[in-house]
Amino acid sequence: MTSFLRSLTPDQQVSLLFVVLFGLLTLATGVTLAMSLREKHPTEMPEPTRRGLKLQDYQSLLRTSWMMALVFWLAWAAGQGVATSLFALVSFLILREFISLSPTRRGDHRSLLLAFFIVLPLQYLLVWTEHFDLFTVFIPVYVFLAIPTVGALGNDPHRFLERNAKLQWGIMVCVYGMSHVPALLLLDFPGFDGKMAFLVFFLVLVVQTAMLVQHVVAHRLSQPVAPAISQSFHWRSWAAGVMAGGLLGAALAGFTPFKPLPAMAMALVAAMAGSFGHLVMKAIKRDRGVTHWGSAGRSVTGANGLLDRVDALCFAAPVFFHSVRWKFGL
Amino acid sequence: MRAKAMSLFLLGVVRLLTGAQARWQGCPPKAEQRIYFANHQSHADLVLIWAALPTALRSITRPIAAKDYWTASPLKRWITTEVFNAVYIERERKGDEDPLQPLIDALESGDSLILFPEGTRGFEELPQPFKSGLYNLAQRFPGVVLVPAWIHNVQRVIPKGEVIPVPMLCSVTFGSPMQLEQGEARADFLVRAREAVIELSDA
Repeated sequence: MTSFLRSLTPDQQVSLLFVVLFGLLTLATGVTLAMSLREKHPTEMPEPTRRGLKLQDYQSLLRTSWMMALVFWLAWAAGQGVATSLFALVSFLILREFISLSPTRRGDHRSLLLAFFIVLPLQYLLVWTEHFDLFTVFIPVYVFLAIPTVGALGNDPHRFLERNAKLQWGIMVCVYGMSHVPALLLLDFPGFDGKMAFLVFFLVLVVQTAMLVQHVVAHRLSQPVAPAISQSFHWRSWAAGVMAGGLLGAALAGFTPFKPLPAMAMALVAAMAGSFGHLVMKAIKRDRGVTHWGSAGRSVTGANGLLDRVDALCFAAPVFFHSVRWKFGL
Repeated sequence: MRAKAMSLFLLGVVRLLTGAQARWQGCPPKAEQRIYFANHQSHADLVLIWAALPTALRSITRPIAAKDYWTASPLKRWITTEVFNAVYIERERKGDEDPLQPLIDALESGDSLILFPEGTRGFEELPQPFKSGLYNLAQRFPGVVLVPAWIHNVQRVIPKGEVIPVPMLCSVTFGSPMQLEQGEARADFLVRAREAVIELSDA
């Protein structure tokens, strides 16, 4: 198996990965379709709630996975420039969702313009031009000062700290976090040219699997750790999710520049960061009084909830990126 | 042709910046003669509600634009006439001409209207008291369906005095149609209409 994989060119390997992925997705879709057909059976009508709802959950999760797989395939097929722009667009959409639900005042207008039209494109430009040293500090160092400066010039002291903190957070999560995903494509592992798409895949698959497993296991447990914030976060479900992510990481090691053990360690790190990040975003949503950024909650904004889907990735990507660079001295 | 291109371009920009989501809560989008009336907080209101309507309705629905603002430059005038197909209204009465006459003409020719009964943009959370134009039109055209609407968030997209809009998700909520009751007083009707709009703000 391994020798067969090694005999393929990088392009063929990546193609194979996509074939396998789309195959799995088709299979999963088929299974849920069959389940939903059975669900409609009249004898089960009196009590469709719990199972029906769970099924809906899986279906929406599956839709997301399809969408993500398609986006990644497109990104890989069209090259790095397109991939980076695609992620920039995702950043734009999720930052828009984030800001829409955080109250801003008229004095914030210029800071918002700065965030959307200068910081965001600049950050992705830095990724694209491979200015790694600048790109990792641009937002935490320079933008950290620039945003409140522009805000202060707006001459409105009312809730100044709170408003700026919200904006800073939005930028950190939606722009800084997300921009680390395409940055993985540009890492330079010796002898691994043209295959960095695997690393992006590795990250996304590991994080999504960890989330999925955590979600499924949580259905069987009661007493979440922080019930006011998340119903699906138990230490046991969390551990199960992270372990699943780690094991998947080890299994996928052949596709990555890592040996199985480091691959597992990297996967564990990513899965942990992702699940904690998801929890943090849940806390923010509860603070704003919604359960989802999108229309599943009581959305007045018409957001489609993209941020719900990618928030784990936004936290996992920078941690993963940094630990890979640090561990392998790139 | 140029108007068509401009309209597609504007739709694209508005959707990218705001989402321009329509929420048909009290009634479906339907090609009957209607007057939509909404809160007014920004010049972008007009563009947003226009973008939120489905294409089929957009062509038969004409927004009301303040003549002094929207004809101030050739570009504004061109956009409001050619792209939005707007009806101009004088905000200040001149001579004994009825300021509602252009609206009456439009309704008589079968068009639907988008109206901001506050008359001018408000900067408070709640809309200002409604002016009586809505009442006069409702009285004169009892067959036209009156649909209240609430525009969410637009004032955050482009506050007064700013030029560049900020991306922010906005939506327009359309409520249940209302009617002028038999013998209802002007003031009562206007208060009721305003409340119908406000009610949508947290729907």
